[in-house]
Order: sequence, then C-alpha cells, then structure tokens
Amino acid sequence: MKTDSKTVCELRDVTYVYPGEASGRVPGGASGQEPPEASGAVSTGRRPALSGVTLRVQEGEWLALLGSNGSGKSTLAKHLNALLTPTQGDCTVFGLSTKDLNNVFAIRSAVSMVFQNPENQIVGTVVEEDAAFGPENQGLPTEEIVLRVENALRAAGLLAKRKKPTYTLSGGEKQRLAVAGALAMDTPCLVLDEPTAMLDPQGRRELLDVLRSLHEGGKTIVSITHRLEEILRCDRAVVLVEGRIAWEGSIPGLFAHSDSFRKWGLDAPPLVSLWKELRAETDLPLPEIPTLTAMTDSLCRLL
Amino acid sequence: MKFLNHLTFGQYVPADSLVHRLDPRCKILAVLVVLTGIFLARHILVFAAWGGLLFSLAVLSHLPFRLVLRSAKPVLILVFFTAFIHVFFTDGTPLLEIGFITITREGVSGAVYMGLRLLFLVLFASFLTLTTKPMELSDGLERLFSPFVRFGFPAHELAMMMTIALRFIPTLLDETDRIMKAQLARGAAFDRGNLWKRLKAFLPVLIPLFVIVFQRAEDLATAMEARCYRGGEGRTRMHPLVWRTGDTLGALCVLAIVAGLIVGDRSFLS
Ligand SMILES: Nc1ncnc2c1ncn2[C@@H]1O[C@H](COP(=O)(O)OP(=O)(O)O)[C@@H](O)[C@H]1O
Ligand SMILES: [Mg+2]
Repeated sequence: MKTDSKTVCELRDVTYVYPGEASGRVPGGASGQEPPEASGAVSTGRRPALSGVTLRVQEGEWLALLGSNGSGKSTLAKHLNALLTPTQGDCTVFGLSTKDLNNVFAIRSAVSMVFQNPENQIVGTVVEEDAAFGPENQGLPTEEIVLRVENALRAAGLLAKRKKPTYTLSGGEKQRLAVAGALAMDTPCLVLDEPTAMLDPQGRRELLDVLRSLHEGGKTIVSITHRLEEILRCDRAVVLVEGRIAWEGSIPGLFAHSDSFRKWGLDAPPLVSLWKELRAETDLPLPEIPTLTAMTDSLCRLL
Repeated sequence: MKFLNHLTFGQYVPADSLVHRLDPRCKILAVLVVLTGIFLARHILVFAAWGGLLFSLAVLSHLPFRLVLRSAKPVLILVFFTAFIHVFFTDGTPLLEIGFITITREGVSGAVYMGLRLLFLVLFASFLTLTTKPMELSDGLERLFSPFVRFGFPAHELAMMMTIALRFIPTLLDETDRIMKAQLARGAAFDRGNLWKRLKAFLPVLIPLFVIVFQRAEDLATAMEARCYRGGEGRTRMHPLVWRTGDTLGALCVLAIVAGLIVGDRSFLS
C-alpha cells in the first residue's frame, strides 16, 4: 500500500446516538439499566451506536469493517455517505464535511453504497433502468448515462440481462445489480454493507469476484461483513465492538489475534480453526500463524 | 403450489411492433379518446366495431388476441356484478315476473350495454399496459401532467410512486405467498368455510405483510437517497421521450376512427 495516498473519508472522534425515546432499542440494556458509556456529553439515555470512532479510509485501499450484530457497522457506513451525520465529532469525505447540506450531493457522488437486502434497493422494473437511476439523479446527459450503465453492467456481469425485468433475477444477480447501480454513479469509493448476507455461496463468490476486479481497477472499497473468509483479499481490517474500534491493522495481523475473535463476536474461518486445532491437538511442526499463504501452503503440504 | 400467479392485468409483454414503439404519451391520449368513445357508444354494432378495432390493434402489436382478452379476467366478476344489478333494478316494460322480482326489457339491454362498456374499458386500458413499459408509462404520465406542476400538482412524485408500486407488485405477491404457506403449515384455512371465515384466515397474512412493507419502504427510501435521489428536479433520463411524426399520425388515426364511430352511432344507427 502506498504510504502517501490520499484520504477518501475521515471520521474524527465520531459519536452517534440514534434519536428517539431513551429506552428504545438498546440491546442488553433491558429494565432501565443503561450501560455506563451513555454518560458524558451525550445527554439521552441510550448507548451511542458509535463512540469516539476515528478512522481514515485511504484512496485505493480495500478496507474490511468487522463486528458482530449491533456493533455499529451499518451506522458507521451510513456516515461515509452522509445518510447519517455525527452527533459529536467530524466526518469528511474528500475534505467536505458531511454536516454541510450543500455538500451532500457531492459526497453521494463520491461514495456510493450497496445495502444488505438486494430486494429493498432496486428501484427500476428493468435491469438497465435500475442501473440508470443514480446517473439520472446526478443529472447527466443521456449519452453519458447509456455509456455508464453499459460499463457498470459489464463490470457486474449483467450485460446480457440488461433488458430483463428485475424480478426475474436471482438473489446474487440482484445484489450485483445493486453494485452496478453504484458503479454507474462512477464514484471513487464504494461502501458495501453486508452485501453477501442474503446470498447463497455461489452468489457470494460471484459478488466477491466482482469486488476483487474493482479493487484491481483502483476503486476504494469498504466492505462490511462478519464472515472472516471474505476479507482475505482486503488490505486492512477494522473491528468494531459496541460502537468502538477494538482493533485495527493488517489481515495477517488480524488472524494472529484469533484468540480475541470470540471477545469481538467474530467466528474464525474454518481454515484458522483447523490450524489451531492441529497445533493444539497434534505435534506437527506448525508455527504460530504467520501469513495466510504460509498457512495454506503448509496445510496443502500436510494433505 | 402457488396461490397467486403474477397478474396478467397490467403486465408488459415485450415485442417489436409499431404500437410498442409509439410514444407513451400518444398511447395514453389515444386510450383516453377511445374510453370516451366507448362511454358514448349506444348501438350494438358499434360495440362490434370496437371489438374489431381491438383485434386490429392486437395484430398490429404482434400480441395474440387471446392474451389481450385474458387480461380482462380479473375484472369479469365486476362486469357480471354490474350487469346483474342492471337486470334486477331497472324499471320499464316487464319481460318476466318471478314473485316480487320483475325483469324489464330496459334492464336486460342496460345490463348488456353496461357490461360491454366496462369490458371494453378494461380491455383497452390493459392493452395500453400490455404494450407500454411501466417506466415509459410513468414517464409519459409525468410529462403529460407536467403543465400542472406550477399549480402544485405532484406529477413527478405520483409517477415515481407508480413505478415503485409496479416494481414491488411481484415482490409482494411472493411475500404474500410465502406468509400464506407458513400460515397454512400452522393450520390456516384460506380455501374452506364461508367468505367471513376466509377473510378472518387472511388477517394473520395481512399483518406481517404490512410490517414487511414498511420495513421495505424505509430501506428503499434510504437506498434511493444514497443514490443521489432528490426528487424530480435536475433529474435527466437514460431514455428521454421523443414525440415523432408517427406519434402525431397515430393519435390522429385513433381520433378519426373514434369520431367516425361516434358520428355513425348517433346519425345512422340510432
Ligand atoms: N434506526 C435505528 N434507531 C435506533 N437504534 C438503532 C437504529 N439502527 C440501529 N440502531 C442501534 O444502533 C446500534 C448499532 O446498529 P447497527 O449500526 O445497525 O449495527 P450492525 O450494522 O453492526 O449490526 C444497535 O444497538 C442498534 O440497535
Ligand atoms: Mg448492519
């Protein structure tokens, strides 16, 4: 990774509390016992969905955002394209503050999003019409929209289905259409909020392949997941626990911390579990987890 | 087993034809003219002519006539109900008396005409949706209503609502189907008992359906916002509507045919 690369999005000490009545949806905070973090400058009684998050997304990197359910991943993602603005702290995208309403359009033209449920983010009744929705909102000329839709559908592997009604697509195809819709907006950065959660293994693989080639093409990607096997190609990982960043670092570094996975609410992928089992239960000469390639190599040699 | 098949009414059937290629505004206006004509029709021969017109349009648009006719199926009950009311509740020359019920000559002819009118209304209206993509239809309506925007008419919003409704009909049908199967597995009876019992069995389907619809609506609104949606202002189109000479000719043709039928009806046949 380049060290002097540009910053795409930056969160500085961001705290976010969902508006609404105090005892709303606080997990584990039943019977009025609020967690201690709720005190401080935030006056409502709820636990903040994000507390003191500082994060920088560099141009061209593929960042994995990990965490269990309710750890604040979606809340963080929505800050990156001004769908939510910090209760405290600052969030900037290419230097533009998300709090300034005049910046919102520029920010959403710079960071696009794909959400978890493919069914709930498709607007058009026909594949190419849906892909065109973003560029149409951006007010681009017709020829430009046609060109972008074609490129986006090609990148997402859906060019052959461009005239098909959207309800005839499979779940995986719908999710790739959502990616195409985001690509057609030609944003430098793409944020995906658990895009594979509702897909079968096949659909998941196809989507990851699309992301991989986008990353190779230089797109900045933030992908949210709680499946560790999906982050092997990422450059960096950030682990969220109860709205705070619990760990941040490289992917091999993350797997070296696999003792903490349980504490962070993450499931180790089968490969890592197998490695640990083998190290603990046999006396095979296996080193402490070094790198992913070394791990797969030595396992392959064993088999 | 599938409880709800995708409705034929309103479902676009793609084909490469003259009618499909017409501007949606032309087709909407033409259908409005035709519907007016149907309301003014009084003679049975004129209805035969309407049937002939529908048949020629089906041929022109490369659609099987059977498919066009089938689109009226969901409203046949309504047609029969209207006809039924006319038969029993019209005063006039008695034709038949059974107890206290009198069937009149006017009642029978009124029933036939009202039934035919409704039937043709539905057939022509669904012919429009059979040959026009939903997006084109809503674009067409938006453009036709755009002169009223300055008086506060929400043309873009209504068109967008229509697009989204059409987009979600298949999804909601699937969802309803899924919930009904789940309820069926727990012993619900949708196909037994009287109407009241069936409606009651349907209530546990409607409630989860509403919850799902609201969740979907919220998600969709967020997704649209994330894709720079700000309403109709500043929005451009991938396929902007273009009114061609052919559209003018088509509209004039329909106007001439309908005018001819009305004049013929009034002056020669009545
Ligand atoms: N719309 C909302 N209103 C109130 N609380 C919310 C809302 N959305 C999420 N939360 C709460 O914020 C916290 C973080 O949620 P979220 O960001 O969705 O987590 P994740 O995406 O990691 O599962 C959770 O405690 C959740 O209950
Ligand atoms: Mg989430």
